[in-house]
Amino acid sequence: MEQRRKERIDRGIKVRTDGLYAVMSWRELSYLTLPRVVLIAGLLILPLVMPSMYWQRVISIVCIYSLLAISFDLLAHFVGLVSLGGALFIGVGGYLSAIMNTSFGFPPLLAIPIATLVGAGICTVLLLPCLPLRGVYFAIVSLMYPLAMTRVIEALDILGGTDGIMGIDSFPNRWIEQYFVILMVLLFLFGVRRLVNLDLGLVLRAVKDNDQAVRASGMSITFYKAVAVFISSAMGCLGGASIVHIYMWSGMSLFALDFSILPIAATVIGGAGTLVGPVLGCLILVPVSELLREFGTLRIVFYSVILVAFIVFRSEGIMVYGQRKYHQIERWVKV
Amino acid sequence: MSDQPILEVKGVTKTFGGILALNRVSFHVNEGEILGIIGPNGSGKTTLINCITAFIKMTSGKVFFRGKDISGKPAHKIADMGVTRTFQIMRPYYSLPAYKNLVIPLFSPRAKRTGGWRGGGKLGDRNTVGIDILEEIGFERDSFVPYKTASTLPTGYLKRLELARCLALKPEIILCDEVFSGLSMSEIASMVPLIERLQMDGIALVMIEHRLRELFRVARRIMVLNFGEKLIEGTPEEVMGDERVKEAYFGSAEEVEEDMSYA
Amino acid sequence: MDILIYGTINSISLALMALGFALVYGISRVPNFSHGALYVITGFIAWSLLRTLGLNYLFSIILSIIAIGLVGALIYQFVLIRVRGMAISEIIASYAIGLAILEGLRWGGFKGTTYTLPVFIEGSITIGGIPVDFHRLLVVAIGAAVVTFLWLFTHYTRIGLALRGMAQDERAALMLGIDSDFMAIVAMASGAMLAGLAGIVLLPLGNIVVEKGYDVLIQAIAVCIVGGLGSWMGAVLAAFLIGFAQILTVVYLGTHFQMVVALLAIILTLILRPSGLFGRQKELEERV
Repeated sequence: MEQRRKERIDRGIKVRTDGLYAVMSWRELSYLTLPRVVLIAGLLILPLVMPSMYWQRVISIVCIYSLLAISFDLLAHFVGLVSLGGALFIGVGGYLSAIMNTSFGFPPLLAIPIATLVGAGICTVLLLPCLPLRGVYFAIVSLMYPLAMTRVIEALDILGGTDGIMGIDSFPNRWIEQYFVILMVLLFLFGVRRLVNLDLGLVLRAVKDNDQAVRASGMSITFYKAVAVFISSAMGCLGGASIVHIYMWSGMSLFALDFSILPIAATVIGGAGTLVGPVLGCLILVPVSELLREFGTLRIVFYSVILVAFIVFRSEGIMVYGQRKYHQIERWVKV
Repeated sequence: MSDQPILEVKGVTKTFGGILALNRVSFHVNEGEILGIIGPNGSGKTTLINCITAFIKMTSGKVFFRGKDISGKPAHKIADMGVTRTFQIMRPYYSLPAYKNLVIPLFSPRAKRTGGWRGGGKLGDRNTVGIDILEEIGFERDSFVPYKTASTLPTGYLKRLELARCLALKPEIILCDEVFSGLSMSEIASMVPLIERLQMDGIALVMIEHRLRELFRVARRIMVLNFGEKLIEGTPEEVMGDERVKEAYFGSAEEVEEDMSYA
Repeated sequence: MDILIYGTINSISLALMALGFALVYGISRVPNFSHGALYVITGFIAWSLLRTLGLNYLFSIILSIIAIGLVGALIYQFVLIRVRGMAISEIIASYAIGLAILEGLRWGGFKGTTYTLPVFIEGSITIGGIPVDFHRLLVVAIGAAVVTFLWLFTHYTRIGLALRGMAQDERAALMLGIDSDFMAIVAMASGAMLAGLAGIVLLPLGNIVVEKGYDVLIQAIAVCIVGGLGSWMGAVLAAFLIGFAQILTVVYLGTHFQMVVALLAIILTLILRPSGLFGRQKELEERV
């Protein structure tokens, strides 16, 4: 009885583009660079082709969620820390930038970087207690912070209480507003991709792979986890700081569940571990959630169901599937 | 070279709930020497290493490294001081190639401090230093072996990789947990010169082993643990001649006779 | 004096809330983040049975608890079983289910003050000069009874001992012929029923609001972490500690701070004594 098995091998062109041989000819070069060029060009052109201001704003929101999603992917799949509360970063960054803008009069383009760095520091300190412990605790604590923050703000009636902080300056002009966030996404996307292959990135990945071995090599696991959390929360705080200047308002809704759940769903759909996948996932999910906005909190049900479905059926995600198809051929062979 | 032992362990005790795993174990290791620790399964050997290197918190006892009390320090600080260890259940970074496995220890503060690999100077590119270390350890330089992903390497290479990870830290003492286990005779035969070379480089070794014959070739001083207690310490001949040691491994003389009568 | 009374009531309430979560985690090591959602939805089921179908109150209660037990078993059987062992995926999956339930309820219009369950017994008595509702006394009684019953059950009956065996060492239990998956389903169903019971008992004290789902989840987790994951004694003790702390903050600082107390308790525990009051050390770091 003839038996067949599925064989998966790299495409010829992939092998040919390994290392220096990539510059052999235009065909090889384009094989490598085309996806990236399409991505960059696509993102840059997007604001120009959007039909209305409403949709341009949606693009900005996509970018902010993308920052969160990349940070989630980085933490979860490269360092092993699952962050269930991305809203914490958005909220901290947002409120910081709002305060600096309204109380101290900093212009947005100054307040945002400061909010990013200071916010990242604050978030890292807040999450510090659970870093020496197993990943479960990080998940629990990160889950609770946004929920607690809303209640603290409401209880103490600080930071504008339930009304929020109003009268925040917006970006100098519409185009800067658009392209600022897009550039930030591209910057962090390619930056983090580079990072995970640098020596520091290897250490971070080692923490996920085998943290006892890292300890035995004389490095403090807590410290490196903190570095990863700092980088991720910086991305989230950047997103939060940007969003308050887009909406010119900062309130408790910055800690909303959307910011925690959508990045996770986007990562799972787009392909975990690829760092590009989450961006793609956001590109898909955010417009859908905008369309669902009139249905109230149904969209959260929607994300949750998708999330459960993907986890249960262990789908690999769009980008992972795409990369596999792009780089490899599958065929049936006789055994 | 001082007369002070490089490592002194005093009265280490460890209880897990109701179980006494280690009971006031004390010993010392001199500079540049190889101390072997043997004992039947479950005698607490790995627990001893875990306690000394602070991967587990000991219930009581003290550990001194070059006279300094390291008893309460966290594991990574102890490794940073030069007290390194290997793991019995091997822990390579499976998803990375062999030479990349070494990038991580080379990234540690100690590696940065102790400087270049071939004597003095800057550390240089960690990838190339990694390949250098692997060559020292016995990976063939010009083959594809160092570039293979760790998950595809056979046990012999992985054991060497464990040692290589320790070497990257320029250690002063290595606590080896069963490096010979799982290896074939020829693989062990090729590890022994490596061990001897480590000793010649001035690194002290504590070797926990089950393969007694091979251990006795390199270690001149042996300590025996049984049920968490130190039975005896001495040269291989003294230790193997002792009745209590034989009893620990094989059971008492009556039990052995009884077992033999069924044969 | 009133601090003592309200403190006790609050503490037992917290213990009731936490029991379901502690049971599921203790036995099958699955952190059930849909716990809060199960709490709330049981209340809604009971309300629907009572108001819409006009069933007898006691009957509605029993039906809704059975229903939620089934829901718990189904959740395990269809979702959690596939991610068993991967702690992070279990958390995400159960949290997502909980979210879907809670936000689904919110979307379905179940918000606001129009949904209440009637108290079991009307009226109140005065203890030490403080008027206390009968229902609140009943809460204490039921809570104490449930805790005692569970303790007895897991220590003296075969199934209970099997559950404890699984809690201590799953592989050993497997080797002794105890079916791990079946036990996990039992654990989930029981945990869900405990959540439902807590909901039925505690929701009449206020309104059925979706927000309570999140609050209950946070508080249950706080109690379990402070007490030590996997320890009964610890959970009860922690419930009292947090319960009294909450009442004290309510008295001196205002009612909004209850959740903050819970979160602070978690953070403090993780900093000072990560294994909790009575937890076992091995819970924390990877085995070497």
